[in-house]
Amino acid sequence: MARIVGIDLGTTNSLVAYMKDGTPTVIAGRSGRSMVPSVVALTDNGLIVGDSAKEHLTRNPARTVYSVKRFMGKGLADVQSELSYFPYSLTEQGGVIRIKLGEKSYSPPQISAMILKELKQRAEAHLGESITKAVITVPAYFNDSQRQATKDAGMIAGLEVLRIINEPTAASLAYGLQEKTQGTIAVYDFGGGTFDISILKLKNGIFEVLATNGDTHLGGDDVDRRVGDLFLTEIHKAFGIDLGAYPDHMQIIRLEAERAKVRLSDELKTSIAIDLPDRKGRFTRELTRDELETVTADIIERTLAPCRLALQDAGLSPADIDEVVLVGGSTRMPLVRQRVESLFGKKPHCHLNPDEVVALGAAVQADILTGGTTDMLLLDVTPLSLGIETMGGVMSSLIRRNTTIPASAKELFTTYVDGQTGVDIHILQGERELVKDNRSLARFRLKVPPLPAGVPRIEVTFLIDANGILNVKASDMRTGQTQSIEVKPSYGLSDTEVEKMIEDSFKFAKQDVDARKLIEARLDAGALIETTAKSLTNGETLIRQEEAAAIRDRLSLLKTANDGNDPKAIRARMAELEEVAKPLSVAMLDDSLKRSLKGKKVSEVSKSD
Amino acid sequence: MPVFSDQHVPMDHQSGSYNSGRRDLQMARSMCWHCQSEVAGEYFCERCVKVQPVSKEADYFTCLGFPRRLTIDLGTLEAKFYELSRAFHPDFYQNKSETEQAISLSNAATLNTAYRTLRDPIQRAEYLLDLEAGSVKEIRSSPPADLFEEILELQDTLEEFRTSDQSSDTGKQLRTQLQTAQTALERRKREMEEQLHQLFRQWDDLQEKGEATSGARADRDRLLKQMREVLSNRTYVKNIVSDLVATIG
Repeated sequence: MARIVGIDLGTTNSLVAYMKDGTPTVIAGRSGRSMVPSVVALTDNGLIVGDSAKEHLTRNPARTVYSVKRFMGKGLADVQSELSYFPYSLTEQGGVIRIKLGEKSYSPPQISAMILKELKQRAEAHLGESITKAVITVPAYFNDSQRQATKDAGMIAGLEVLRIINEPTAASLAYGLQEKTQGTIAVYDFGGGTFDISILKLKNGIFEVLATNGDTHLGGDDVDRRVGDLFLTEIHKAFGIDLGAYPDHMQIIRLEAERAKVRLSDELKTSIAIDLPDRKGRFTRELTRDELETVTADIIERTLAPCRLALQDAGLSPADIDEVVLVGGSTRMPLVRQRVESLFGKKPHCHLNPDEVVALGAAVQADILTGGTTDMLLLDVTPLSLGIETMGGVMSSLIRRNTTIPASAKELFTTYVDGQTGVDIHILQGERELVKDNRSLARFRLKVPPLPAGVPRIEVTFLIDANGILNVKASDMRTGQTQSIEVKPSYGLSDTEVEKMIEDSFKFAKQDVDARKLIEARLDAGALIETTAKSLTNGETLIRQEEAAAIRDRLSLLKTANDGNDPKAIRARMAELEEVAKPLSVAMLDDSLKRSLKGKKVSEVSKSD
Repeated sequence: MPVFSDQHVPMDHQSGSYNSGRRDLQMARSMCWHCQSEVAGEYFCERCVKVQPVSKEADYFTCLGFPRRLTIDLGTLEAKFYELSRAFHPDFYQNKSETEQAISLSNAATLNTAYRTLRDPIQRAEYLLDLEAGSVKEIRSSPPADLFEEILELQDTLEEFRTSDQSSDTGKQLRTQLQTAQTALERRKREMEEQLHQLFRQWDDLQEKGEATSGARADRDRLLKQMREVLSNRTYVKNIVSDLVATIG
């Protein structure tokens, strides 16, 4: 079976990992960094992703998308309260958020697909083979629409998503394999944008999730925002400037707040310095860990209620938990560790790198699916109750939260009036009594043969598969015929839309490749310009004057080409420069050889040969 | 919206009450979907080793390989659940045909429901009653006779508490009254559970003996009736308690 990679598609950073001789391994990029910032920027040369896109956050905030995971499976109304924080413009079409980048609008799955493609290419370059299958992780508390959106993103990126697995459970797989963890464990996963708690029983290779809870809109982003707001208020007070009007500075504030938070995990105080726009001066301040903890304590407190609920649902008390494992970058905050320790009454640990452990676990799950790892099995649960709307706007629950998946429920439907030919079914997810307080997943119309009221008997099967995604099937109990159901998602892309996006993604693939070639050519040219200029300064005396002049000439031609948009021209000028610079490098090599031989006997030189 | 939910039918046994004789017949006669050789209830065909769908007629006890008893060792049940999970889980069918994947998915879903039902003694008993004598799920609308007065009074107090100023003296007094009632009801619920466990044991003993006399049949019907009565009383009390907890916090 073809190789399957494991992908952690994070709010802030994403990673790809694979199983290398029985050990899950994260694939690093050219820079040696394993994390790809989940940032996509539209530049004059097309779309770019990751580290290079991150640089555009402050340079070109309106065209640089970050934290797109927050919008997966959501409508505009869901994120209304935080719209002002995002410098890019958001709209909605057919219940799905669209992000405007230049002329075009993209759905969150399309943006996520760009990040996935970057990871796919990274894996392909490293493994030297084409990658078409993946396991992708999602927060455990993601609902059906959010999971479906993630699956769509995979398809758009040209990846068959063989399994969607939950981040905390993925982490537990990595721990089970690497650390031989056993017993009852709590995985506290506090990431950039989401929080999850999962309680699992690990026994003889079975990873049974007992309960899970969380908040898909709570993470390090919120901490940064709180700190940023503090700076903004102070800047307004001291300088009378409202930075809200300066999107680039809003990004500087956000990034500075994030960096200060990170530093305060190791230090007790840190200094902040932010240059204000229009030469209005410089904002400086010292931030202490105490201050950080005071302004963000309530955010961290919000993670504790889900922990208590999960324990309750698992029928356990904190004393029953053998180990508490920390996952996600936000668990580096000392206050988080302190609160977790006091809740569970034991010191939490993160023996495996909290940034990488989810991707490692995804690689383990991928290996289980390929048949490599056969002794481990993950039995996960559905995080939210699934139900349908009944009369009076009340939700009738069919599959309760924390039910082991795959899970199915059957419901029999009949008609209300004679000759009725359809029954409308509205599927919901959530824990509340009333339909309006729960999440609408989808609607569909059940076809019924025209018969007297109460005679038709249509059995509908609601099945939540191992990905936590709902499948619906209906069959006529009288005739035994099954009917296909066209489900209209409330907050998702239709099949046709996804197909169109896959097509577009192929269409733009050429453009993307071109953009990539240009960026790489520029990087390489930049490096060549720098080293050649340096060599020329050091070794100009070693070569003839006209040789030096030729190098200068080609150097300036390459600089001009590097400011243009043609990667071929850049490569051509690079080759020319390398050609004319040959005498220089030869001369410098000779020179250094001569220096190193000085004072050595001929016999010693020949010996070392 | 014409959605009818009064047609609830418990999962996987819409044909109503069970007849064990018919089930045996059904299972003995089934054939492997792939090679058509006979499979007598095994989960894998002996000839072609393909996974077989859990029979629609099989109850949760049969599915997990347990006799229809009300006392089950949870350790053994868990071990069996894990063993069958390893046999059915879709993770292990990624390379198999579409048919096998579909069987794996549906079997795993049935197995999960079966385990969830049998793991909990109350759900297990309700399920068994359902198999033996038809649905007991209907929740009684009036209090059990011996609790009638007590519960009527409690409901009045609850109503009074909801409409009163809860920080006032009257409010506080009402809260204390409700807390006392809650403790009493919880004790009452535990007593019912004790009583149920005794009935469960009697039921299992009767099954072990396996007598087909008219006396045994009468005992069986009496036990079923008693269990049904206590189970439904317990559910009633349990609902009142959760109502109380939700109100007084």
